Amino acid sequence: MSTHSEPTGQSGGAPPAPLWEVFVRARRGLAHTHVGSLHAADAELALRNARDLYTRRQEGVSIWVLPTAAITASSPDEKDAFFDPAADKVYRHPTFYEVPEGAAHL
Amino acid sequence: MYGNDFPADDTSGGLLGEVEAAETALREAAERGRRGAAGVNPAAYFAEVIAADQKVEPRDWMPEAYRATLIRQIAQHAHSEIIGMQPEGNWITRAPSLRRKAILLAKVQDEAGHGLYLYAAAETLGVSRDELVDLLLAGRQKYSSIFNYPTLSWADMGTIGWLVDGAAIVNQVPLCRCSYGPYARAMIRICKEESFHQRQGYEILHTLAHGTPAQREMAQDSVNRWWYPSLAMFGPPDTDSTHSAQSMDWKIKRFSNDELRQRFVDMCVGQAEVLGLALPDPALCWNEERGAYDFTQPDYGELMQVIKGAGPCNRQRMEHRRRAHREGAWVRAAAAAYAAKQANQKEQANQKEKAA
Amino acid sequence: MTAHAEQTTPLAVQATPPTRQAAPGTVTNRVGFVLGLADDALVAAQRLAQWCTHGPEMEEDIALSNIALDQLGAARLLLTYAGEMEGAGRDEDALAYQRDDREFRNCLLVELPNGDFAVTMAKLLFLAAYQVPLYTALAGCGDERLAAIGAKARKESAYHLDHASLWVRRLGDGTDESHRRMQAAVDEVWPYTHELLAPDPTAPVDPATLRVDFDSAVSGVLAEATLTVPETSWTPDGGRNGVHTEHLSYLLAELQVLHRAHPGASW
Ligand SMILES: [Fe+2]
Ligand SMILES: [Fe+2]
Repeated sequence: MSTHSEPTGQSGGAPPAPLWEVFVRARRGLAHTHVGSLHAADAELALRNARDLYTRRQEGVSIWVLPTAAITASSPDEKDAFFDPAADKVYRHPTFYEVPEGAAHL
Repeated sequence: MYGNDFPADDTSGGLLGEVEAAETALREAAERGRRGAAGVNPAAYFAEVIAADQKVEPRDWMPEAYRATLIRQIAQHAHSEIIGMQPEGNWITRAPSLRRKAILLAKVQDEAGHGLYLYAAAETLGVSRDELVDLLLAGRQKYSSIFNYPTLSWADMGTIGWLVDGAAIVNQVPLCRCSYGPYARAMIRICKEESFHQRQGYEILHTLAHGTPAQREMAQDSVNRWWYPSLAMFGPPDTDSTHSAQSMDWKIKRFSNDELRQRFVDMCVGQAEVLGLALPDPALCWNEERGAYDFTQPDYGELMQVIKGAGPCNRQRMEHRRRAHREGAWVRAAAAAYAAKQANQKEQANQKEKAA
Repeated sequence: MTAHAEQTTPLAVQATPPTRQAAPGTVTNRVGFVLGLADDALVAAQRLAQWCTHGPEMEEDIALSNIALDQLGAARLLLTYAGEMEGAGRDEDALAYQRDDREFRNCLLVELPNGDFAVTMAKLLFLAAYQVPLYTALAGCGDERLAAIGAKARKESAYHLDHASLWVRRLGDGTDESHRRMQAAVDEVWPYTHELLAPDPTAPVDPATLRVDFDSAVSGVLAEATLTVPETSWTPDGGRNGVHTEHLSYLLAELQVLHRAHPGASW
């Protein structure tokens, strides 16, 4: 492609572009959902790349990108400690409650 | 949703139906949930997840061999999508109508997207895309042999869509149910896009087969050249396949090479009839007892030669990829340098603000 | 891809503005104008498509293909409309595949070889900086068909302008090598922008009226990119009259070869 004959830098020269996680809002009223990741040198490029990669078929109306390195994830080993305590709090769910007959709009 | 020029309504049966079924199954498996954590015996937990047809996710414990198998398979799959752009890319500038040019360009672009989805899936296993690309460029990881055959006529755009994308779909639809979550999800997305690829190819061939005598001849010649290489896409016969059994146990793979090849042949026979083109196999005939077609196996000796690098286009494809990578180096370096400068400036501005 | 010929001689330079046979506002005149826009888009699409599988990174293959698809889509709409206005039964393919280079009305800028990525981004920056105000003006013009095409295409061109600006800033203000290449690209391509904005009072939108928007879009980006515009009085043109560079005939040979080999066939 290049018509300049001078040697280019070696491929090992540039640091690898960082990884970004991509979240797409498919339609108004829905939350952004994680769709995958991509590489880009900076946020501006990441956003453009995400648009071209993940919304070629009108899959979205809004995109977020964030550096993968900025994510702090819960560890699968902590899963019990993290998520089980919520299991016995059934009173958080509306189905826990008995609604007396005849009471509407509850 | 699946393409530009095709009705999106046909999800009734066939492969697209299977993709949607896989997507539903994935959601159902997620619904079933799974309480409890890996705990003291992660290997047992892993086995349970697999047995229950649930998905293994990136940070879960997994056997090293499972991880390595997945990395190899997903990487080779990604490389295939990227190298696979070349044979069709070869005809974009010469497409015989503007409509065909747009479709082909969109299709080749999709393949680049597939490559990137797959590299992203591989990266969740703790390997970087740069490492994988380096392995490809160094010739240490392979891509599908089919892309080492040349595209000699426009009809090859039709045949590749019909047979090559068709074979890829038959191979890939079961992967939508793969036990590794990110791979399964990438495959669902990819398979939905692939169905447009197959249909546009079939449409090209159908038009050629019903066109002028020269077009018809072009179409038949193309099918003659691509039929056996397409059959070889399913890999060596089960008797020689090294990785299959373990991959089946892990639910990475769901059907054997020969099962998938048979399924593909059985699908193609009827489709070829509708096209009015002949499949170049005099031995092809319906076997009442087996309920399937008997057919001539591809030349596996040739397949091994192509895998080893002696196909008609191996060197050309690799050199093309290496050159693009090499000639793009200064652009990637510029983007990195610019990003670093911008980050620096931001940092300095922040410090000034704090100091003030 | 194609090697650069040494800078083309200004064979296309004309002393006087193009003279047109038809009176202002006639159909012939409008057909010529629309064909110019169509051919700009078609030739730009063909050049961008040549990048496919050659991009500096895989993401850029996807991005350039997207832009090529936008240009191709606009070209098809415009060619179809030009054919209808002409009334000689020529459809988009007849116009794209069966005209010779002397019948093409595109500006010289789009037919220039791709060069390296910097040259391609310089070409795209200038093209988009011209197409955005052009399509925007068309969107408000009295011709309903042109207005609809303009309304669709201006959004796409805005994205092309954004993409080109993004890269020109990065290449201009990136490494020493990228700066040198980007400046060389601007120097090479800049003279061809003159033709884009040459006055044509008879056209539905007089290109000369786009000058302000073009300049402000381009000068902002170039300044941020630490790039300068070359001082030159060389202003090649001729494309709108079918007098092209030597490159176009090759480009069309590739584009048309298969279609022309099978007269009357459908695809
Ligand atoms: Fe694909
Ligand atoms: Fe495909």
